[in-house]
Amino acid sequence: MRNTRRSQKIAFFFLFLATLLIVIPVGLIVVIIFQKGLPAINWQFLSDMPRQGMRAGGIYPAIIGTLYLVLGAIVFALPIGLLAAIYLSEYAKDNLLNRIIKLAIVNLSGVPSVVYGLFGLALFVVFLKFGASILSGSLTLGIMILPIIITTSREALESVPQSFREVSLSLGASKWQTIRHIVLPNAIPGVLTGTILGLGRAAGETAPILFTVAAFYLPQLPKSIFDQAMALPYHLYVISTQVPNVDEKVRYGTALVLLTLVLFMNLVAIIIRYNFRKKKKW
Amino acid sequence: MAIRKIKEFAIEKLILICGLASIFFVVLIFLFLAKEGLSVFKTVTPFNFLFGKSWYPISEPAQLGILPLIYGSLLVTFGAAIISIPIGVACAVYIAEIAPTKIKEILKAGIELLAAIPSVVLGFIGMVTLVPWVKTTFNLPTGLTALSGSIILAFMAMPTIVSIAEDALYSVPKSYKEGAFALGATHWQTIYRVLLPAASSGIVAAVMLGIGRVIGETMAVMMITGNAAVIPQSILVPVRTLTATIAAEMGEAVVGSEHYFALFAVGIVLFIISFIINVTADIFLHKRH
Repeated sequence: MRNTRRSQKIAFFFLFLATLLIVIPVGLIVVIIFQKGLPAINWQFLSDMPRQGMRAGGIYPAIIGTLYLVLGAIVFALPIGLLAAIYLSEYAKDNLLNRIIKLAIVNLSGVPSVVYGLFGLALFVVFLKFGASILSGSLTLGIMILPIIITTSREALESVPQSFREVSLSLGASKWQTIRHIVLPNAIPGVLTGTILGLGRAAGETAPILFTVAAFYLPQLPKSIFDQAMALPYHLYVISTQVPNVDEKVRYGTALVLLTLVLFMNLVAIIIRYNFRKKKKW
Repeated sequence: MAIRKIKEFAIEKLILICGLASIFFVVLIFLFLAKEGLSVFKTVTPFNFLFGKSWYPISEPAQLGILPLIYGSLLVTFGAAIISIPIGVACAVYIAEIAPTKIKEILKAGIELLAAIPSVVLGFIGMVTLVPWVKTTFNLPTGLTALSGSIILAFMAMPTIVSIAEDALYSVPKSYKEGAFALGATHWQTIYRVLLPAASSGIVAAVMLGIGRVIGETMAVMMITGNAAVIPQSILVPVRTLTATIAAEMGEAVVGSEHYFALFAVGIVLFIISFIINVTADIFLHKRH
């Protein structure tokens, strides 16, 4: 008996140790980036063009480029993703087609990000002749975050109780009216959570934008969606590996801005989800 | 009334079209990879492409064998799997079974945080911390090695492994656990004799999806594995993976050149690998229902 107790203690200690092995490095990564990156952050760093071959100055065009890309991706992916989620939760029957759609979503979420980059290059840049542009990059990122938006929106729609729909239908509302006025409003926080998580993912990805939009060094703002643009994750890659003698402060500063942007979006998503769960009436 | 009917009809058709969009995009991705990638087989046979031992895409004549790249990907993935599977599954068990509720929430937030960190940021942190450490610890000429890549990639696989394995453990019926307790088993005996076997298909799926994430990872790998396209003799030498090859070389490849086609063919290989992994993992995930 004492032996089994002791082996339980030892086992639990190792499980705890394994957990620490994940959590402590995560904490360290965040702390290091904040500690070394904060001294670089000032208004000039955030609002100025890069200078001296990106060794000085700011990262303004990269920030703006990332914002454009993320916005473009969401404009493309949110309507399609939301309607696809409505189809899966409200219309789809449990048949082969439904199974294939689900399998396609699983696959879409598993395709390596660099393969999205290749696809964007072949379809948008070369075949449709959009060139390396914000349009090509946004569409590529949009397709990449589609599975995230579909999956989270679908969960949100399906968590609306069946009785809500039945009451609405029994009052004479049509199926679409029920979806539009009863199901969707109750699912909005969940849809929003998924959208923001998708935004965060799009903001941090580098490989899909490598050949579809990203400019190595472009000290001006894009004027239209057919222009190339700088982007934060690619800029971090460039100044850490491609440009020699960049001040470490600039690298950490760029990493900090990117990390803050992505974590901020995730935090907002978590807060929405938390509040929604608390307020849920059913 | 009639107008409303027409409007609803149109909306429902639009919903159906969007529902089919994911199938459309998967097919479209494959078609465009195939359209560009299959042309490479005019100059090199599929066998020589997959098993050729040298990758010199810009020499004259170009040598387009991706075996060193496949070895590079396998080695880095294998290393990452060895590190991340035990730690990830153990962490999932701890979170699902042992941690008190409050700590559980903090741990889950920590795991979500890790999943959210962009790969280029992890690559950067790896470059400035891990790479010098590997170099001095093993007394190597360079710290940009397969080992460094494996360690960073392990951290990218862990969030996937932990969250899916945790779900699998939660979905084991409560009665299993109660039955084991009633028979006098300790908590730990219940975990490894009852819960883990009952959740095994979900855990296998978790591991597969984690590995899928590792094979497809690009930026971090490109930044810290040293990018030498030779067949690696040990884990302490630089390697180049399939993904990093595409990312590093596509910028210089001329559209329509042999090199360009070859990189798309590498993309096809990656697409097929991820397709197989995801379909298999999906089968394992649905097995328990």
